[in-house]
Amino acid sequence: MPPVSLIHILLVSTGLFFIGMYGLFTRRNLVTVLMAVELMLNSVNINFIAFNRYLFPGRLDGVFFTLFNIAIAAAEAAVAIAIIINLYRTHRSIDVEGAQEMKY
Amino acid sequence: MGVAGLYFWMDVNFIAAVQLVVYAGGIVVLIIFSIFLTQQAGNSMPAPPKGRVAAALVAVLIGAVFTGRLLYHTVFAPPAKIPFSAEPSAIGLQLLSTTNFGYVLPFEAVSMLLLAAMTGCIVIAMKEKKI
Repeated sequence: MPPVSLIHILLVSTGLFFIGMYGLFTRRNLVTVLMAVELMLNSVNINFIAFNRYLFPGRLDGVFFTLFNIAIAAAEAAVAIAIIINLYRTHRSIDVEGAQEMKY
Repeated sequence: MGVAGLYFWMDVNFIAAVQLVVYAGGIVVLIIFSIFLTQQAGNSMPAPPKGRVAAALVAVLIGAVFTGRLLYHTVFAPPAKIPFSAEPSAIGLQLLSTTNFGYVLPFEAVSMLLLAAMTGCIVIAMKEKKI
C-alpha cells in the first residue's frame, strides 16, 4: 500500500475544484471556461476513485462512475467546442459577454 | 495530465490509461484546434471587471475554507484490509454483466449519449452551409 492517505488526495481534489471554480467565474474566453469545467470534472473523478480505493476496496462502483464521467466529459467538450466555433463564425468573438441573443 | 499520475499512484492503472488516452488524445487536440481557429479574438479581450474578480475570490476562498474544515474534522473509517485490485478483466466483466451489480444499462445509455453528441456536432457544423 502506498504511504499516501485519503486526506491528501481529497485535499488535492479540493484544490483542483476551486481552481476550476475561480477560472469559471473570472475568465471571459469561452475556451478557458471549458477548460475550467474540465478541471472541476477531473476533481470529482479523483474523489470517486479515492473513496472507492480507500474506503470500499472490495467493490468497483467508483471506477465505473469515473469511466462514465470521463465519457460524458468528452462528449460535453466536443459539443461545447462545436458551439464555440459556430459562435466564432457568426460573431467573430468568443467573449462570454458577446453571446447574449438567446438570453431572454 | 497529472491526474493520470495520481490514478497510477492509487493503483487504478486502467482508469489512468483511459484518462491519458481520452485527454491527451482527444480533448487537448480539440482545445488546441479551437484556440487556433479562434485565435485573433484573444488579443483584444478586456480584463474582467474588478468586482467579478473580487466576488469570485471571496466565493472560492469561503468554499475552500469550508471544505478544508470539513475534511479536517471528519474522521474517516480506517482503510480496509482487503487488497484493492482493479483488474481490467474484472472491470469488463462487471461492466457488461446483466446481474445485480452489473452496469450494462448505463453502458448502453452512455453509448447512446456519445452517438447523440457526434450527431449533434455534425449538425452544428453543417448548419452554416445550408443557410
